[in-house]
Amino acid sequence: MIFGYPLLSVVIWLPILFGLLVLATGNDRNARLARVIALVGAILSFLVTIPLYTGFDRMTSDMQFVVLHEWIARFNIHYHLGVDGISVLFILLNSFFTPLVVIAGWQVIEKRVAQYMAAFLIMSGLVNGVFAALDAMLFYVFWEAMLIPMFIIIGVWGGPNRVYAAVKFFLYTLMGSLLMLVALLYLYQQSGGSFSILDFHRTALPSLNIQVLLFFAFFMAFSVKVPMFPVHTWLPDAHVEAPTGGSVILAAIMLKVGAYGFIRFSMPILPDASHYLAPLMIALSLIAVVYIGLVALTQSDMKKLVAYSSISHMGFVTLGFFIFNAYGIEGALLQMISHGFVSGALFLCIGVLYDRVHSRQIVDYGGVANKMPVFAAFFMLFAMANSGLPGTSGFVGEFMVIMGAVKANFWYAFAAATTLIFGAAYTLWMYKRVIFGAVANDHVAHLHDIGAREIIVFVILAIGVLVMGLYPLPFADIMHTSVNDLLVHLATPKVLN
Amino acid sequence: MNLLSSLSPAYAEIFLLTMVCVILVLDLFIANHTKTLTYLMVQVTLLGCSLITVSTHQGGIAHLFNHMFVDDLMSDVLKLLTYLAVSMMLVYSRTYLMARGLFTGEFLGLVLFATLGMMVMISASNFLSLYLGLELLALSLYAMVALQRDSAVATEAAMKYFILGAMASGFLLYGMSMLYGATGSLDVGRIAQVIQHGTPNKELLVFGLAFIVAGLAFKLGAVPFHMWVPDVYHGAPTAMTMFIGSAPKLAAFAFVMRILVEALQPLMIHWSGMLMILAVLSMAVGNITAIAQTNLKRMFAYSTIAHMGFMLIGVLSGTVEGYGSSMFYAIIYVLMSLGGFGMIMLLSREGFEADNLNDFKGLNQRSPWLAFMMLLLMFSMAGVPPTVGFYAKFSVLNAAVQAGHIPLVVMAVLFSLIGAFYYLRIVKLMYFDAPESHEKLYLQPDSSLLISINGLAVLALGILPGTLMSVCAVSVQQSLLH
Repeated sequence: MIFGYPLLSVVIWLPILFGLLVLATGNDRNARLARVIALVGAILSFLVTIPLYTGFDRMTSDMQFVVLHEWIARFNIHYHLGVDGISVLFILLNSFFTPLVVIAGWQVIEKRVAQYMAAFLIMSGLVNGVFAALDAMLFYVFWEAMLIPMFIIIGVWGGPNRVYAAVKFFLYTLMGSLLMLVALLYLYQQSGGSFSILDFHRTALPSLNIQVLLFFAFFMAFSVKVPMFPVHTWLPDAHVEAPTGGSVILAAIMLKVGAYGFIRFSMPILPDASHYLAPLMIALSLIAVVYIGLVALTQSDMKKLVAYSSISHMGFVTLGFFIFNAYGIEGALLQMISHGFVSGALFLCIGVLYDRVHSRQIVDYGGVANKMPVFAAFFMLFAMANSGLPGTSGFVGEFMVIMGAVKANFWYAFAAATTLIFGAAYTLWMYKRVIFGAVANDHVAHLHDIGAREIIVFVILAIGVLVMGLYPLPFADIMHTSVNDLLVHLATPKVLN
Repeated sequence: MNLLSSLSPAYAEIFLLTMVCVILVLDLFIANHTKTLTYLMVQVTLLGCSLITVSTHQGGIAHLFNHMFVDDLMSDVLKLLTYLAVSMMLVYSRTYLMARGLFTGEFLGLVLFATLGMMVMISASNFLSLYLGLELLALSLYAMVALQRDSAVATEAAMKYFILGAMASGFLLYGMSMLYGATGSLDVGRIAQVIQHGTPNKELLVFGLAFIVAGLAFKLGAVPFHMWVPDVYHGAPTAMTMFIGSAPKLAAFAFVMRILVEALQPLMIHWSGMLMILAVLSMAVGNITAIAQTNLKRMFAYSTIAHMGFMLIGVLSGTVEGYGSSMFYAIIYVLMSLGGFGMIMLLSREGFEADNLNDFKGLNQRSPWLAFMMLLLMFSMAGVPPTVGFYAKFSVLNAAVQAGHIPLVVMAVLFSLIGAFYYLRIVKLMYFDAPESHEKLYLQPDSSLLISINGLAVLALGILPGTLMSVCAVSVQQSLLH
């Protein structure tokens, strides 16, 4: 409580309150009012997170901006919030994206505007809650509650096959979460009746078998969200059917929640199981990087292509985590932030095309550059960033993870580095087919270039991508101490033999 | 101490019995078709009961009528919630029943008799009084289901309910008689003492226990004794279904507590295993079968079966923690079930039952507020935070983990995942689909207000569940301090 008020509570509840306010504007007659309130709310919610960055103490790995109240005394559950150098970045990223999503849906969403905007604002608050919660039950509540607005967003405003996608998304993620709940209850018992995540970090779990079981319970929850290789199939469906804003939030924010779970729960709580199962995790990550990269190459639907590219990039993140060195973990975290910018931007680009032509198929396009030069330029930048071009944000994280992987095992690095080829291949090939060439058909011939509203969004994202690519220090700097602390946890075995 | 004041723990029951008689007689002289006066008198009676229960509450445990009757914190809490549930049920069902010509003095009388039966069950500390309360409740319910004389399904449902219910009572009585034979007593506390310190015939005890558990399972609707539940839920008029599916679950919880925990705690090792089988089967059959239903009332019937299975997990953990969590679960279940059936009745009109899944299509476009309330109720039944249904599941699962039943817990969460699907389907129908009819909804102000309170309570209790949890835990703890 650095400014005399519970900053993190404001960060969580302000967007939710604005969401309820938007909801109160009622039906579509007041659509304009709903949009304005939503935008004001989203921008304010972003502004209140800035003190988290400026007031952050980089010298300590302790939790900062801590808020602690008793919540459910009977189970010793607390309303316990706090951030370290890892979670603070994701709160900023999330709050940064909310206004962009509101702007992106400004004209496109015409039915039930208030509910759409409210769902995003409420979700933004809940996601902040996930990143800030230091009590496992509080975390779990935010984690699950987050599903409800996303379920509605996909199901109401999504594409033709939206119901299937929404239900699949919900049940997949719920399955993982429920097993995590069992693990949390077990840890509650082992820790002597505390749900504090920090107590879990110190809880002795001397049997490797138990740790492995718990690891799989957490793994079910987090790997589905990331998503990792065998449980990734919900993501392309959800992405394809979700409205643009939904895809952006899914890719930029939701996937990070799963990876964050590994860092906050699996690795520090279960260090021995993490080491023991690291080969499996690395194998799954590399399969995601290579195999899913190849799958992306064959996609004919742009959204699906970017969705598979997301899975492949997230494979890099989990790879970075489980090689257990500072390069890997910091690189993975940077990759998460960068992927947030880049995939969000790419989904917005596809959204721009989809709004005009109502098709996501690559074959329906060609020669877009002739009609939309400004758009083509932005799209170019983001496509380059997605393929990891030096100077863009995509490069920094991938490079660091590969460096970390070389330290662990040359062949890991070798396999991971193929992404630089595949990533470039599928992204640029898609770009070439959509943007270059002669004007393909009437639809493309009637395209008009992006307007001021869209340019603002793209400029903001472009700045993000370039700044992070050229000068990543502010991002890396803030997480440094916390990552070292995590490595200490990982290096301290709980099994003694 | 004179006789009158020594009866103070039972004042509420005595008052209610007197009022039923008065209301039944007075009702004969009220020609009014809408029965407003009778209705108001019933509500006032329930209010009076709650005031009496609160004002006659004393800290400890009071026994009455030769240990036939007990008054403790658990019974007071459960009784208060029973009054509340009955009163809510009346508000929800008034218009619905009036439209069908069922809102009669007899109905209201039966409701009060059933309430009295539940109160006796909750406060009984002797097998005789337990059975007396159970039968008073059951007979009133049979009659309520049969009240719609011209409906073939309702009559069939009543018949099934009666026959199977009578059989279950037979089971219970048989089990009780064996326990009596083994221990020489019908008193709950005495039986526990004899089993613990005496040398009763072990075979007879366990044999009797098996019959008692079967009878209880019948009454709760746990698999494999669940056959009556879907038919009765489906066939009875929705208001009666709501009644069967709400307050009696609280009484049933008390019943389980008094018999299994207070009388047969020493046999826990035996009944815990039996309940485990019942719980797993109930969750499996309930959740899987519910998916195939197209009728909402039938779906709720199977969902009740699954919920009862979940509630049993708390009991079979065999700890004070577990009993408290089961009590919490029962209370929360009643709250959600009232809301769910209330919504069906709210959307029904004269000659039209909104009990088909398709009737909920596009509700969000017809009434966003109602759709939101139903969304809260459905997510709560599915156990998704931040609604209170999650904490109900959470506390039960926690008790089971503490008792070391990890495989059971894993099974329970997997079945509740299956369960989430059909609750989700309702949300899907309301939000994702287009409405089948754009007919304007005629909403009664009293029941729409109540459904809003009900839905928001599910959310509010989900955000601050601590108090109710503690109340349940403390009351169970106190009533076990003999």
